[in-house]
Amino acid sequence: MSDIAKSNAPALAGLHPAERPIRKFLIANRAALGSLAVFVAMILIFFVANPRVFSNWGLYAAVLTTLPVALFMTAPQVFVVTSGEIDLSFPATMGFSSLVFAYVVSAGYDPFIAIAAALVVGAAVGFSVGTLVVYGGLSSLVATLGVNFMLRGIILIITNSKSIAIPQLADSAAFNLFSSDVFGIPVQIFWSLLFVGFCAMLYTRHRFGAHVHLVGDNPDSANEMGVNVNWTRAKVFGFMGIGAALAGIFSTMINFTWWPTSGDGYLLPVIASVFVGGTPPWGGIGTVLGGAIGALTVSFIQTGVVGVGLSGFYVQFFYGLIIILSLLGHRFNQTRYR
Amino acid sequence: MAKHIIELKNITKSFGSVYALGGVSLHVDPGEVVGLIGDNGAGKSTLIKILAGVIKPTSGEIFVNGEAVTQWSPARSRAAGIETVFQDRALAPQQSIVRNIFMGRELAGRFGWLHLKKEVADAERLMREIGFTSKVFSPSSIVGQLSGGERQGVAIARAILKQANLIVLDEPTTALSLTETAKVFHFVRQVRASGRSIVFIGHNIHHVYDIAERFVVIDRGRVAMEKAKSEVGSAQELIEFMEDVARPQKAAVGETV
Repeated sequence: MSDIAKSNAPALAGLHPAERPIRKFLIANRAALGSLAVFVAMILIFFVANPRVFSNWGLYAAVLTTLPVALFMTAPQVFVVTSGEIDLSFPATMGFSSLVFAYVVSAGYDPFIAIAAALVVGAAVGFSVGTLVVYGGLSSLVATLGVNFMLRGIILIITNSKSIAIPQLADSAAFNLFSSDVFGIPVQIFWSLLFVGFCAMLYTRHRFGAHVHLVGDNPDSANEMGVNVNWTRAKVFGFMGIGAALAGIFSTMINFTWWPTSGDGYLLPVIASVFVGGTPPWGGIGTVLGGAIGALTVSFIQTGVVGVGLSGFYVQFFYGLIIILSLLGHRFNQTRYR
Repeated sequence: MAKHIIELKNITKSFGSVYALGGVSLHVDPGEVVGLIGDNGAGKSTLIKILAGVIKPTSGEIFVNGEAVTQWSPARSRAAGIETVFQDRALAPQQSIVRNIFMGRELAGRFGWLHLKKEVADAERLMREIGFTSKVFSPSSIVGQLSGGERQGVAIARAILKQANLIVLDEPTTALSLTETAKVFHFVRQVRASGRSIVFIGHNIHHVYDIAERFVVIDRGRVAMEKAKSEVGSAQELIEFMEDVARPQKAAVGETV
């Protein structure tokens, strides 16, 4: 050991072992790597159980069409959880902002204008939720649940619970750019990965991400050092709203139809993805990349269980199993320092 | 007379019906070390939290370099060159040393992207400067893994990151070992030698006497005494005065005179 240390000494003089690039990367990303290990193990088990089905590209293409919608909401939710809050209102925000998108497209405007409108509405809804939670001094868990019900109710009231078909999307430039195929790969996956990459940078290398960490870790200290704690929290919810709007836009584009239930099915999978991905529930730390891998894992469970040949009744059981096994795995990886 | 770098005038603070501060005035001149003394609950910490912008006073005025300020806040206090090492150290234990040192004043470009390499280099330089180095931890180490004295080192490194005019130390030696306490005192002397001002709050009157040039004794939300070191004579005299103040009847008699 000491010999190795000596032989390395000249090259890495003055560099603490924990500062060496590879080790630093491993330490910084251990939660994400753990999630990746869970995912790989799961796919291996599926593959061994039914090699024929799992060597079929069509199965992966199906997941790659629906996964992006979850990714657009999982990455911002990691910010929310890291800041010490949780947002359960994003499914209704997704439904509401995509309703705006569908209305604007139906009214004959260019889909790009509809996208801009939906993003503005998503950000505004998210920011309002944040303002309510932060300046109203409410528990985000309960308040956002309430907002989710209320906003969904508004959606059902103003649309009479009727879906909106927007076939005119098919020929648009926006559709070709955001919703077509490239060499058989659904193009949404590239956009969502771009978004995840951006979020990961924002999380680790931007002032906003640093403040989110500090606010979730110790809001009193952050306040004493001049971080605007309430404003940071409100911004986090606004960011979640933007993610929900993106998810709604992409989901509507895939289906050419807006559904009154749009977003509803994502509540639990997105929340589960954040925690399966290795972000602990207590705030202060987390991982965007892990969250993305968590979303991948969660969206493969259903496809995988059915693909293996089990009945659909097993899906929920495996959802629960994967969540609990992941949490146990992360438990050994995370120490909560106070 | 030179302008006070900071002056608090007739500061009161009530929490509901309880008055924590009942009209306290405090000023700090360039390059001086002020010792702030008082029993538990006297209002010392409330006063320095008002100085740091963390607590808003119920009434009173704040002057920086002779000019009255409004909208006082932690960010404004720090921008005015006041750095506070709080009693609880105000750290984020799950974050790296670097992130703690740059808490609230991250080095970032115009669009908010962090200059991480510069932050790490600056943190390393600071830690060396205050004699706070180890083979065990690096700037990326998590603060929660450090000992009490090392955490105090991080809080102090943060206070001297920018050329502050005034460094406020709230009970900086509480729960520290003898060698760690010696390090803190070494640091205070360094700061004083560099011409910056210090407000030193302490329980141990011998410590405060050694280090400060002027003493302000706070008792039940009021300034009970304010004297320069030359007027006090010895630490024993300070201690006797504190014991006097602690006797409620005697203080009451003193008030009626």
